[in-house]
Formats: sequence, C-alpha cells, structure tokens
Amino acid sequence: MSTIVLLAVTGLGLAALYFLVASGLSLVFGLADVLNFAHGLFLSVGAYATWWAADFMPVEAAVLVGVAAGVATAVLVELILIRPLYRRTIEQVLVTVGLSLAGVALLQSVFGADPRPFPRPTWVEGVVPVFGARIPADRFLLIGAALLVFVALAAFLRYTRYGLIVRAGVENREMVTALGIDVRKAFTLVFAIGGAAAALAGSLAGIYFTTVSPGTGGSLLIFAFIVVVIGGMGSVPGSAVAAILVALLQQFVNYYGGSGAGDVCVVALLAVVLLWRPKGLAKA
Amino acid sequence: MILDVHELDVHLSGLHILQGVSFGVAPSGVTALLGRNGAGKTTTMRALVGLNPGTGRVLFDGADLAGKRTHERVQAGLGYVPEDRCVFAGLTVTENLRLAARGETDLDLVYNLFPELLKRGQQQAGSLSGGQQQMLALGRVLQNRNRLLLVDEPTKGLAPKVVTEVAEALERVGATVPVLLVEQNLAVVRRLAGTAVVLAAGSVAWTGDATHLLGDAELTTSLLGVGR
Amino acid sequence: MRRWLPWGLALVLALLPFGQAFNAPGTLNLLALCLVFAGLAAGYDLLFGRTGLLSFGHALYFAIGAYLTVILMNHGFALPVAALLAILSGVVVAALLGAVALRVDGIAFSMVTLAFAQVGAIIVARDPGGLTGGEEGATIAKGMPDALVGVVNTVNLYWLALAYLVVVLVVLHRVGRSPAGRVLSAIRDDARRVGVLGLSPYRYKLMSFVLAGALAALGGTVYVLVVGGASPHLASSDLTLTLLVMVVLGGPGSRFGPALGGALFTFLDYQLTDYATDLPGPLAQPMFVLGVVFILAVYFFPGGLARIGVTLPGWLRRPARQEA
Repeated sequence: MSTIVLLAVTGLGLAALYFLVASGLSLVFGLADVLNFAHGLFLSVGAYATWWAADFMPVEAAVLVGVAAGVATAVLVELILIRPLYRRTIEQVLVTVGLSLAGVALLQSVFGADPRPFPRPTWVEGVVPVFGARIPADRFLLIGAALLVFVALAAFLRYTRYGLIVRAGVENREMVTALGIDVRKAFTLVFAIGGAAAALAGSLAGIYFTTVSPGTGGSLLIFAFIVVVIGGMGSVPGSAVAAILVALLQQFVNYYGGSGAGDVCVVALLAVVLLWRPKGLAKA
Repeated sequence: MILDVHELDVHLSGLHILQGVSFGVAPSGVTALLGRNGAGKTTTMRALVGLNPGTGRVLFDGADLAGKRTHERVQAGLGYVPEDRCVFAGLTVTENLRLAARGETDLDLVYNLFPELLKRGQQQAGSLSGGQQQMLALGRVLQNRNRLLLVDEPTKGLAPKVVTEVAEALERVGATVPVLLVEQNLAVVRRLAGTAVVLAAGSVAWTGDATHLLGDAELTTSLLGVGR
Repeated sequence: MRRWLPWGLALVLALLPFGQAFNAPGTLNLLALCLVFAGLAAGYDLLFGRTGLLSFGHALYFAIGAYLTVILMNHGFALPVAALLAILSGVVVAALLGAVALRVDGIAFSMVTLAFAQVGAIIVARDPGGLTGGEEGATIAKGMPDALVGVVNTVNLYWLALAYLVVVLVVLHRVGRSPAGRVLSAIRDDARRVGVLGLSPYRYKLMSFVLAGALAALGGTVYVLVVGGASPHLASSDLTLTLLVMVVLGGPGSRFGPALGGALFTFLDYQLTDYATDLPGPLAQPMFVLGVVFILAVYFFPGGLARIGVTLPGWLRRPARQEA
C-alpha cells in the first residue's frame, strides 16, 4: 500500500513537470501553429538562471529570477526569430530546431556538459507521512506549483480580454483578426506564458532531480510533446489530464514492469489515443 | 464612393482567381456583389478585408488600404461578416460579442434586432442553431461603429423565416451604414440592393441598377445562370 | 551531356582514393562517413522535400539497420544475411509505425514520429539482454569479411559508402520520375487535391515512409561497417534533427542538394570538433556554429545550397528585404 501511495504521489510530481512544459507548448501550438523545439531551451535557461542566482539570494527568490529569464528568452525568440516567419509553419519549426541545437551547445560551453548540483530549499528536504508512506516533501512542492499555474491559467483564459483572444484564436485565428484584433500580440503573450511555465518547470526539475544539465530540457520535452498530442493541442485542461495519465502510467509500469517499460507504454498509449481519437482527448 | 476597388488581382495556390476587378461602393444603401459559384465573390470580400493577398488599388473613404493588415482595416471601420458565420463555438454568445467589441459599442441595437442573443447570452455559440449563429455573426459586427459593412452570404443555408429576419435586420442597418452584400438569394437582393456588381470568372461582367438587372430575365439568366 | 554528368561525378569520387591527398586511411574514413550521411540525408529528403512529411523519427530506422546488423553478426550470422534481416526489420517497423502515425497530419505527425523513435532510443539505452551495450554501444566482434578489415582495406569501405549513396540517389531518381513520384510531389503541394483526384494520399505517403525507412536501415548497415559498431547517438532524436539540418542546408526537394548538405555537414562537424576546441566560448561547440548557420540559412537562403545561385545574387542586389 505504501509503495502504491509513494508511486502515485511521485507520479503526480512528474505529471506536474509535464503539465508545466506541455501547457505552454500546447497554447503556443494551438494559437500560433508553432511546434516549438526551443521550448526545452526555455526550461534549461530557467534552470541555469536559478542555479546561477542561488549564489546571491535564497532559492525561492532565485526561482523567480529563473522564471524572468525564461520569459525574456521566450519573448525575444518570438519577436526576433518566429515573428518574421509568420504563417510559414515549417520554417518556424526549422528555426526552433536550429535554436534548440545551438542553445544546448551554448549552455554547454558556458556551464559545461556535466550535471551541476542544484540548490534546494531546506524545507523540501524532509519527508511527509501519507497513509503510512514516507513521501519526500519536494513532490508536494511540484504538485502545488503545477496546481497554482493551472488555476492561474484557467482564470487568465476565462476572465481576461487576452484570455478570450487566446481561446478564440485557438479556434480560428483568422476570424480573430477579422474582428479587428491584432492577434500577434497574443502570440508574444502565449510565448511569454509558455516561457514562464517552462522555466518554472526547469527550476522544479532541478530541485526534483537534484542536478541540472544542458540536456534536461530536451528529455522532458519529448514527453511533453506526447502529453500535448494526447491532451489535444491548444487545450490546457487536456494537457493537465494527459500529463497525469502519462506520468502515472510511466511511474507504475517502470516500477512493476522494469525500467524503460513505462516509457514504452506511454508511447503505446499515444498510439492508442491516436487511433481512437486523432485530435486528442479534449476534442471529441 | 465609400470604397473604390481598382484593378484588384488575387492569386491563390498558383491560380489567378481575380483578374483586374474594379468597382465602387456607394456611400449609402446596399450594393450587391453577385455572380455564379466560383466567380470570385468571396475571394473579393476576403481580399478587401486583407485576408487574401491581392494587388491593385483599394481606396476606403479615400485612404489607400495597401499594406494595411486585416485588423487595421477592420479598426478603420470596415466591418466584416464572413461566409459560414465563423462564430467561436467554444465561447458563449456574450463572450463572442465582447471579443468583437471595438471602443464604444451599441449592444442595444444588436439586442433590439436579435432579442434571441440577449436570452441566450450564456449559451455556447457552438450549440446555437444556424440562424442564431448568423445573428450572432451579424451582431458581433453591428455593435461597433462601422463606415462600411462587408457581408458575405448571410442567408446561406437558413430556413425561410430566418432569411426574412436577417433581411429585415440588414435593411435597417443599410439605412445608416453602407453595405457591400454577397447574396445568392435574389429575393433578398431585390428587397435590399440599389446597385449590383456582377462578377464572372474573376472580373466584373456587369454593373448597374439592381432592379434593372433582376427585372430583365434574359440578362439575369445570362449573368447569374438558370433557375434563379 | 547533363545525363552523364552525375555518373562522371560518381566516377571521380570512385577514383578519389588513388589521389595522393586522399588515400590516408583517416581521410578515407571521414570521406566514407560523409558519403553515408549524404545518402542518409538524401533518403530523408524523400519524406521531407519530396512528400512534405516532417518526420522527427527517422533515426529509428537508421538505428534498426545499424544495431541489428551488429547484433546479428555477433550472433554468428553472415554479413549478407544480417544486413538483409536488418533492412527487412526496418521495412516492417516503418510499415507498422507509419500506418499509425500517418493517421494524423502536419505537426501532429511530426510529434508522433518523434515519440515512436523515442522508444528506439529507450530500448537502446536500456540494453535488453546485453544486446545493444547501452551507453557504450555495440561493436562488431566477428563476421567482418576480410576485404573490409584492416587499414589497407579502408578504401573498400569508402567504395561501399559511395555505392550506398549511388543506390539511394538512383532509387530516388527512379521514384521521382515514376507516376507514384509525381503523386508524392502533388501530395507535398496540396494533399487535398490528390484526394479529389480519387487517389488515397495515405497509401502514397505510407509507401514513401516505408521506402525511406528501408533506405535508412540500409544506411545503418553501411554505417556500422564503416565505423565498426553502433552507438546510442544513432537512435537519438538529435540525429534526426541533424538530418533535417543537412537537408535544409542542402536544399529540400532538389536532386543533389540533400546529399551535398549531408556530406558537407558531416565534414564540417568533424573538422570543427578537431580544430575548434581552441576557439573562445561557444564557437568551440560545433553544434553551436552549425545551429546558428542553419538558422541563418532558413532566413536568408531558402532552398539551401541547391538554390544559392538564385538567392545569393538576390541578396547582393537588394540589401533590404521588402515587406510584401
């Protein structure tokens, strides 16, 4: 029983990371049609900025520096690299591919290829007893952060003017411009939101895995892609459900079926969802 | 002329769709843009609002629209109601209206024309009937101050009773704002339009008085096809 | 004249090892690697440039060809049998996964192929039954034909790699001129129109996907012979991304552009790794330099090297870009 609880909570912690990466990817894709390979770079930038800033301030404040760095990177990438290629989807993907390759290499040259120990706030070091299981406290930090971001995103989408524009734009971008709205401003905004969530995921991944390396972003990104496709592109609740599904499946099968079996199962789940519902869970 | 279209050319996926279309829209009343299927009516409307790339000169109230992006054209007072309504299915009726609001709006006018929209404010637009969706699509645009309305096939696929309702609304709107109307239903055209511009195979084939066109059975048949 | 030019070029490449400057084993080995990646990039272009399918999972078929060849040879199969089985496996896997992945279009297809290929990378990394060697990779321990062993026979490996490239280019040329090839380019330009003609885009796309998979698996076999073994990098998504970079740099959809891009990229990658370590900061990282070059190429030289004769003079004539 206690193993199951531990696996479930750890799985939800992983789901939190997937959700943070996938929600931004999904919004960027849903609104702007950009498959963003550089999204993993936003994550790594956030993680390394936090790692760097933690020398000068408490980790909690350093995470904010990381998020700011992620937002700045995302906005610059959108304005300088993506915007000039508006509507040329393939070229946009290519640019983000080039950026992800060059970005990882840049991080390597600055911080080295080896994993660096990541600073952890002291209050996540303990364990919390839940139903007889001893759960490391960092899991709850991850889950809490993702819940907070989920609620904030839902409120943004539901109650703000730009949220309205984003929801409408995911449905039919052209029609939004035909109502006299400059939809490109919303592009920059979703990139900023995605960059913030990814950078937060980067810091949390550092805390969770206890190290950061230039490749961290890339390995999380692939599972985030799977979450986005399963959840339905452009849907934040879809990403949340899919993230939980994917992470729990992965966690349990990896434990009971041997290391790696869970990862394979996740891809099999993707295939099943595609055969059953090609547009993802959110879109019937 | 509120709108002056001069030698408009549009190429889409390698095809020369519009070939030097020129016409004007009167500063008051309804101007009908007619033609058979595939003549280029919708392409023209989309090019005017900047959704299709085109070359040529388009003057809107004397100002050249060249290089202006879609949202800038709409903000300049060019209200556009697309073919197939294009309401946002996942947004409520109120949210659809709120999204489209530009500056000072007149929602009273909209609710007065289409009381149904007030009643169904919290309903998802995707669950509305075709007629209600058309009313919403019109309402979205009519709440704003426009200097010209581009309305593309507003009665397409609607029940006869709803067609009458939509036509009545357009008639009231047309009294205050000039309208360029694409319409297949000739009864509606007869009721609303002053001037008619007929497109055929990507260019203007005939321009003149709408009543005159529709009064001449032979001319109507040759320009718009049989059985209309 | 134009018809014979490619064959003349192939002949020059075949005779290259007799030149003094090229016959050092190290140089020949690097050139052989360049030729393998030239063929691989050209095969990938069948999907990207000619059918309009952006697959992020091409590495999977390359890795299947490479690893299965090594594993089967080490289990006592003769090279031809091992190679044949490896390529057949590539075909079967491509057919199965392609049948599922092609149910979705566009970017979703890209993500799904990426996910499928990830399974390959995971399996390789987990080293099931000690077959793939995990991080270490797998080396060919036995069964190498004598003609391919030893420094003196490096030239034979070079010729083998050249033969692979020629095979890929001939196959692509044949496909391109066949009726099916014309359907493929029609799919690339507008899939709906093909559907309207009563042809099923799905079947043609699947055919292209399987053929590309087979060519990649063959490339994997040739690669392990040239290098002597397989490493986990072969199965990584980064490998597919580099193939994409090669094709875009060379010129997607053009006859020789992708092959040229593949050869040049591989050459530069190795040269930069050798010589750039003294350069300051990020310039010491080949991937940084190549990634930046790639981004610049996407912006300023669409069509890659194959169209540089058109794009470069254009840039020289007008310094600023006009906004359409």
